[in-house]
Amino acid sequence: MNGSYPGSIVRFYVEGFRSMTVGRVLWKIILLKLFVLFVILKLFFFPNYLNTHFNTDEERANHVLDMMTRSAESHNLE
Amino acid sequence: MVEQMDLTMVNWARAQFAMTAMYHWIFVPLTLGLSFLIAFFESIYVKTGNEEWKKVAKFWMVLFGINFAIGVATGIILEFEFGTNWSNYSWMVGDIFGAPLAVEGIVAFFLEATFFAVMFFGWDRVSKKFHLFSTWMVAVGSNLSALWILVANGWMQFPTGMAFNPNTARFEMQDFWAVLFSPVAISKFTHTTSSGFLFASLFVVTVSSWYLLKKRHVQIARKSILVASVFGLLSSGYVAFTGDEAAYNNAHKQPMKLAAFEGLYEGQRGAGLVAAGIANPNKKVNDDQPPFLFEVRIPGLLSILANRSPGSFVPGIKDLVYGNKKEGVMGAKEKIEKGRDAVKQLALYKQAKKGGDKAAAQAALTRFNQNQEYLGFGYLKSPEEAVPPVATTFYAFHTMVILGGLFPVIFLLFLVFALKDTLVHQKWLLFLGVISVFLGFVAGQCGWIVAEVGRQPWAIQNLLPVTVARSNLTAGAVQTTFFMFLAIFTILLIAEIKIMLKQIQIGPEGR
Repeated sequence: MNGSYPGSIVRFYVEGFRSMTVGRVLWKIILLKLFVLFVILKLFFFPNYLNTHFNTDEERANHVLDMMTRSAESHNLE
Repeated sequence: MVEQMDLTMVNWARAQFAMTAMYHWIFVPLTLGLSFLIAFFESIYVKTGNEEWKKVAKFWMVLFGINFAIGVATGIILEFEFGTNWSNYSWMVGDIFGAPLAVEGIVAFFLEATFFAVMFFGWDRVSKKFHLFSTWMVAVGSNLSALWILVANGWMQFPTGMAFNPNTARFEMQDFWAVLFSPVAISKFTHTTSSGFLFASLFVVTVSSWYLLKKRHVQIARKSILVASVFGLLSSGYVAFTGDEAAYNNAHKQPMKLAAFEGLYEGQRGAGLVAAGIANPNKKVNDDQPPFLFEVRIPGLLSILANRSPGSFVPGIKDLVYGNKKEGVMGAKEKIEKGRDAVKQLALYKQAKKGGDKAAAQAALTRFNQNQEYLGFGYLKSPEEAVPPVATTFYAFHTMVILGGLFPVIFLLFLVFALKDTLVHQKWLLFLGVISVFLGFVAGQCGWIVAEVGRQPWAIQNLLPVTVARSNLTAGAVQTTFFMFLAIFTILLIAEIKIMLKQIQIGPEGR
């Protein structure tokens, strides 16, 4: 028990996963979904707009501030 | 032309966000409520030692697991959309939302890695009491994990405990407790989680009713219905109570939303609540057409709902758009002037700071702060733009309320017949039970439509409209990902329904 405490936790998880029935299908769905979400969608279709277009936080802040003031200028301040 | 393209992008981004949130909300309420129901079933098992209750708990746990597995990470897609489609908004609220969402992520991870594992793998490996403790921890943890995202949503509806920093273009948190305990955040959390309890109770009633109609697993179905109908009945009462609180908050923090979901154009003292009605599709804010083609109104009830006082004044859409000096209501028209000044001062501050003119920067900042609370109005082209889609909000609200009134009746009937042990003979009630989960789904989605459509055009109430919150993207880019998500969500939903139905077919005791 004492020396094998971490080992028994690992065994708990391993045996738990092995004894799964419906769970196996679910894990396959989860892994496939995580792959599609994080590897395909996030990487190729959902880049963080500000992180990809600007290098520093200062540039990002200036861009947002420009958007806040410029849109108002074009709408209202002329 | 450019404006039209911008608006199209905004609308596609809104549609994509709405679709993702609605899909996400299929799974969340079941997780929130079913986790507690499983904890109740298992508690009865541990208390009585009756193995039937263990079967009940284990069966619902499998369905809980299926729902959880298909639903997991669907909320993360919303975060992707923030960063891509709503980058200005995302940047501006990063300081407010960063901490709560990080806490949510950490809590969810540790919860899932530990107590979920014990709950699913530990039936014969840990003591009964520790297993029960883990099941309760999953229930409490899942609901606590929902707290943070709902606090974030509450802040968007009623921004508090922060200050706008014109140097960083960010809303910075000044008072964490004001954000956490804002009345809107609290009612958002309590109303949303309790609606999840109600929905999960309906789910249990639906599946159990089907078993009873098929005369399969009769005792397990009856036991499930007994607990679910009590929990559902209590949850229905709590949903109504927290809903009333949410409407009261709307009246004071988002009066336009209240006016929209009641279709109230002209403010009134002793305003009546529309119990049912057909909205006039041709009605415009600035015309004199009647707002309804048909309506049944309960006198004075809206004033009680809004102000706890039957004779009090409830502002209508026209008052909120054009103002009502007699009743002390400032209209969007006046707020737009103040908002435009705030935006102008922000531009002047930026200019002065760039030019190194400290005195001019300070003067602009002082004047900006005077009108900061109207900042978002500065981006509206007309006062009428402050009005959300009235008919959508009205129908969503009334559908939700009517269904909310039906659910306690359903639970009460199920409870009475379950106690009499005559449920199997009540075919009509069992048929109603089978469809009840779909009614619960409609009610939940309507609730979110009221909350989110009813607060348009704001991304952050009064401070940031969606047209400024968006990224500089083309409509085509958002359209592409919209249809990709539509395909993915459809496939996942079909997978869930198939796996869930197969497991329900198998049942708690096998075929």
